[in-house]
Amino acid sequence: MLQPQNGTYNPPTLNHPAIKVEDLTVAYHDKPALWDIDLLVPQGVLLAIVGPNGAGKTTLIKAMLGLLKPVAGSVEVFGRPYKEQRKLLAYVPQRRSVDWDFPTNVLDVVLMGRYGALGWFKRPGKQDRELAREALKKVGMEDFARRQISELSGGQQQRVFLARALVQDAQVYLMDEPFQGVDATTERTIVKLLQELRAAGKTVVVVHHDLQTVTDYFDWVMLLNVRKIASGPVGEMFTEENLRLAYGGRVAFLHARPKEAEERIKGEGRRIKDEG
Amino acid sequence: MLDILHNIIFDYTLRNVALGAGVLGIISGTLGSYAVLRRQSLLGDTISHAALPGIALAFLITGSKSTAILLLGAALAGWVATLIMLNIIRTTRIKEDTSLGLVLSVFFGFGLVLLTYIQKLPTATQAGLEKFLFGQAATLLAEDVTLMAILGLIALFLTALFWKEFKLLSFDADFGVTLNFPMQAVNLVLTTLLVIAIVIGLQTVGVVLMSAMVVAPAAAARQWTNRLGIMVLLSALFGAGAGIGGAVISSLVPKLPTGPTIVLCISGLVLLSIFLAPARGLLWNWARQYRNRRNFRAEAVLLDLYALAQQHQNRLHGHSAAVLKTMNLNRAAVNKCLEILQERGLAVSPVSGIWGLTEAGLRKAEQLAKTHGGKP
Repeated sequence: MLQPQNGTYNPPTLNHPAIKVEDLTVAYHDKPALWDIDLLVPQGVLLAIVGPNGAGKTTLIKAMLGLLKPVAGSVEVFGRPYKEQRKLLAYVPQRRSVDWDFPTNVLDVVLMGRYGALGWFKRPGKQDRELAREALKKVGMEDFARRQISELSGGQQQRVFLARALVQDAQVYLMDEPFQGVDATTERTIVKLLQELRAAGKTVVVVHHDLQTVTDYFDWVMLLNVRKIASGPVGEMFTEENLRLAYGGRVAFLHARPKEAEERIKGEGRRIKDEG
Repeated sequence: MLDILHNIIFDYTLRNVALGAGVLGIISGTLGSYAVLRRQSLLGDTISHAALPGIALAFLITGSKSTAILLLGAALAGWVATLIMLNIIRTTRIKEDTSLGLVLSVFFGFGLVLLTYIQKLPTATQAGLEKFLFGQAATLLAEDVTLMAILGLIALFLTALFWKEFKLLSFDADFGVTLNFPMQAVNLVLTTLLVIAIVIGLQTVGVVLMSAMVVAPAAAARQWTNRLGIMVLLSALFGAGAGIGGAVISSLVPKLPTGPTIVLCISGLVLLSIFLAPARGLLWNWARQYRNRRNFRAEAVLLDLYALAQQHQNRLHGHSAAVLKTMNLNRAAVNKCLEILQERGLAVSPVSGIWGLTEAGLRKAEQLAKTHGGKP
């Protein structure tokens, strides 16, 4: 149902959204983490979910994947309940959700992305290993296949998680703060990857922490603070007004940003887009 | 030595104890690997202590002391304890370690109360349940060992079958959910196998010490390898070795209880592993730190020589060791550093007490000066 809501722009092309979230409410004991969320994610967009700490961004991603049970509401993927569509979703969690001292190497972690296709009990074979190596090549980590994951830097860990998601060959990718604390090389790799995924018609939903790069990296945005503030094309919805509503007036940087810095950042984003 | 081997095969008691302890070591080593990796070592302790009232109740309800019945009671009690522990965390603000401690002590206390009650019963068949406190390996019968072996084989088979599922559960369970694996069910299977592994060992090692057999082999194995498969294998091997070794040693020394001896053996293996293992071992790391410190000190002296040499036209001009000692806080080490530099061909002593750079030393000092930005 295309109901006009405050700050939501639903063009006619949203007839077959990749993800449809309706009335989603998630609560921890008596505190709401997400309240009455409605969201339509069109196919093929790069969506950034932004909001202050505790806004429920990670909660939203986890609810979309069925990792959390909502108190109310539903999530549909390509028109069907998400439980039936798990094969079309790929998850890139926060790096800290995992113990990196676990005895395993990079290739092994990426192979885990193939477990869904293998099903019960079957072990990965040569073909799976080939696919895993290709995914590692796409993120520039092919030389690290045998490396222990405890020896990886933050950016390398992030790229391993990305390769694990790539190997699933999904339609929708959900990433939780992939740019958090990574080096410049990794950041460029991730942006290039996002561009390639979009070019291939995939939909990517990213919890993003860096407001400065939203307009450069993404074409769709959702502002969230327990409730949805706004969602839609970046150009229309990523406004000072909406940011103020989401962050409670603590967004002084938009005024203070000097013109040249803005131009430089935009130029960098355009260059990466062209290279991609 | 040949005597021992002969006895292991032909002495009924020793054979049973050694076999039983070996089986116990293999199974607890295998499943213990997952408990350790999933940070569930304390859970193993809780399950084994909670088994006590299960054993007592099984006897009270059925009147039988058959091992199978008692171990079934132990397993059920272990499972109930786990469920209660999880529920406490879910419904109250009590955290995991507190919940484990609570369940462990309450269940164990209840078990002790039941044991005392059983001891006071007028029937003559009440004796013997205390053996489950610290184990009494000598009471192992051939059918007990057979039961242990069958349960153990099932556990090993399921571990091999669910290999990648268990790996997924231990490393990134959430990711497994998104792949559409019912990770809760996998968790159920793994926890059940852990309960089986613990229950298998209660007759040999007892409820109080069983957690050592779950945790120690895996902790020792982790020191030696970075691959999950090797770790599980080594853990099983260490467990079996400690089991059989403990059984043999306690058979040779009079009045030495088997259970605690086995635990001492595996503790010894853990200590050895903590010290001797390459890469993660303490000795290896101390040696590496020592080598690094030695290198840094030698480099500092080299840079001192370089600084002195800058003041002369001939860069290879010698200086007395006494001067170098005044430039370095650690006077005593200067001589050793000079010797090291000489070994590496970076410095030379044409006359006793006088030291100078070699050509190679000059080059190395220039290179270091660039990266270090001069003497700190």
